[in-house]
Amino acid sequence: MTKSGVRKEGIKGTLTGWLYLAPALAFLIFFMVYPLIDVFIYSFEEGYNSASQTYFGIGGYNYSYVLRDPYFLQAVKNTFILVIFTVPVSTVLSLLIALALNSIEKLKKLFQTVYFLPYVTNTLAVGLVFMILFRKTPYTDGLINLLIKAFGMSPVDFIEGPYWAKMFVLCVYVIWIVMPFKILILTSALASVNPVYYKAARIDGASKPRMFFKITLPMISPMIFYLVITGFIGAFKAYSDAVAIFGVDLNAAGMNTMVGYVYDMLYGDGGGYPSYASAAAIILFAIVLTITVINLIVSKRTAPKG
Amino acid sequence: MSKSREIIRLERNARTKNAVFKTVIYVFLAFWALVVLFPFYWMLLSSVKSYASYMSERLPKFYATEPTFENYINAFTQVPLAKYFLNTIIYTVITTALMMIVIVFSAYAFARLDFKGKSLLFVGFLALMMIPNELVIITNFVTITNMNLRNTFTGLILPSVTSVFYIYLLKENFEQVPDELYYAAKVDGTSDLKYLFKVMIPVCRPTIITVIILKVIECWNSYVWPRLITDDANYFLVSNGIQEIRENGFGRDNIPAMMAAVVAVSLPLIILFLVFRNKIMEGVSRGGTKG
Repeated sequence: MTKSGVRKEGIKGTLTGWLYLAPALAFLIFFMVYPLIDVFIYSFEEGYNSASQTYFGIGGYNYSYVLRDPYFLQAVKNTFILVIFTVPVSTVLSLLIALALNSIEKLKKLFQTVYFLPYVTNTLAVGLVFMILFRKTPYTDGLINLLIKAFGMSPVDFIEGPYWAKMFVLCVYVIWIVMPFKILILTSALASVNPVYYKAARIDGASKPRMFFKITLPMISPMIFYLVITGFIGAFKAYSDAVAIFGVDLNAAGMNTMVGYVYDMLYGDGGGYPSYASAAAIILFAIVLTITVINLIVSKRTAPKG
Repeated sequence: MSKSREIIRLERNARTKNAVFKTVIYVFLAFWALVVLFPFYWMLLSSVKSYASYMSERLPKFYATEPTFENYINAFTQVPLAKYFLNTIIYTVITTALMMIVIVFSAYAFARLDFKGKSLLFVGFLALMMIPNELVIITNFVTITNMNLRNTFTGLILPSVTSVFYIYLLKENFEQVPDELYYAAKVDGTSDLKYLFKVMIPVCRPTIITVIILKVIECWNSYVWPRLITDDANYFLVSNGIQEIRENGFGRDNIPAMMAAVVAVSLPLIILFLVFRNKIMEGVSRGGTKG
């Protein structure tokens, strides 16, 4: 920032600056800073009643309630399975697709456009399509089950059937939704690797796999770590994908996620418990924070020096 | 002689190998394109099948024998889809417009004005970027409820009219405008406000348009906050509308009508994307993340 003689930091200047920032500040304080403090307070207020806005005392009861609630434990389990399955699969798959995209010239733009489509679609709307593709009704087995039968296996109801089948659809849908962002980021990362490195390697007679592991991967590793970290965060916050496929009552379907649990505690049939919701939200973010920190440490360790 | 023949043979081998490799790559890319496009094809296809023909297909057909437009008429007459559209448009336009005003002024203050406490405040803003929405939404829900703003546009709009990320994006862009322009304008006696509207905004129009488009996409698809804050169908946005249609719209099994609604909801954004493809992809790669 250049300091010049034209404008000095005077009282008038300071006033102008703060005036320009006033709307943003007002909204941020009211809808972000205050709620952030408040959520911790809520989480320690025991027996909070949202109608009378009173509570019995201060303590850790909300946390112990949430941690013993079978719905919450189910949500934690679902979320972890979702994270463990979707993050690696989507990252590796998008890397393969980005590599393939980078090695062609014809149709590249078209493929890139097509691949990005899921990003701009309404999660709730397209989820319905996945539901009808995977579900099995008395009238029809659905398209996916026809495929399964073609391979000689027996059809499964993926929407109201066994747990693994429901989990499978959810993972497939989440991957389908998150791929566009990852492909986009990795394609531009690959395109920005200086071609001089490849030329030099080719002169040295390096093989293609060797070039990939010795040049490409180290050069784009920061972006891969960025995607892994944001992927973890995003997958831990999965919610509307599950609603899109299984409907609003995720607890009944046994497919709730941690974020879904927070919202269900807040609102809806089982709702009206902002204290439990706050405690669950804070537990969720303690987990996310821990995993992000671990990710950052690992990425620092493995990142190329210099 | 035999040596050069050997080289020719090797080259031909390499070429066939290359061709095979290329083919494999194209097959792989085409396969993923199919995975991406198939759900869109299926929703379009199902939406033009009549209810009777859809229900009679034990084996779903990949084409419609007698395409009909009737489902679209049903989607707009039997359920208040038009109302959901109107709500979403109102919500999107007001939220985006308000947000643009708020963030343009803040970005300008951070990029161009000198005032006490600026750097400290900016660090504070950056810190807020890391606060996940899920953590603050609980109190916001209680606040909006206590203010009796549930089932109002005000309640829907208020919490999403600021975005620290877009302030940051715009500030970076504003800073690229040469300082000389500002000083020249100052010498001419131009006020900050006039400079902002006559110089800054026109010069940074590409970024501003990108931000607007990204915000419109975000508004159009927003689901969680509207679901918490509205339970009166008169205030549903399209996402909640789709959910409502699914739970008790046409009757659970009228898939063709449901798919017509899904197509209607998806189409505006797909058109927006095809028109502004480069802007959207560039904007997203600069740091947009989807929840």
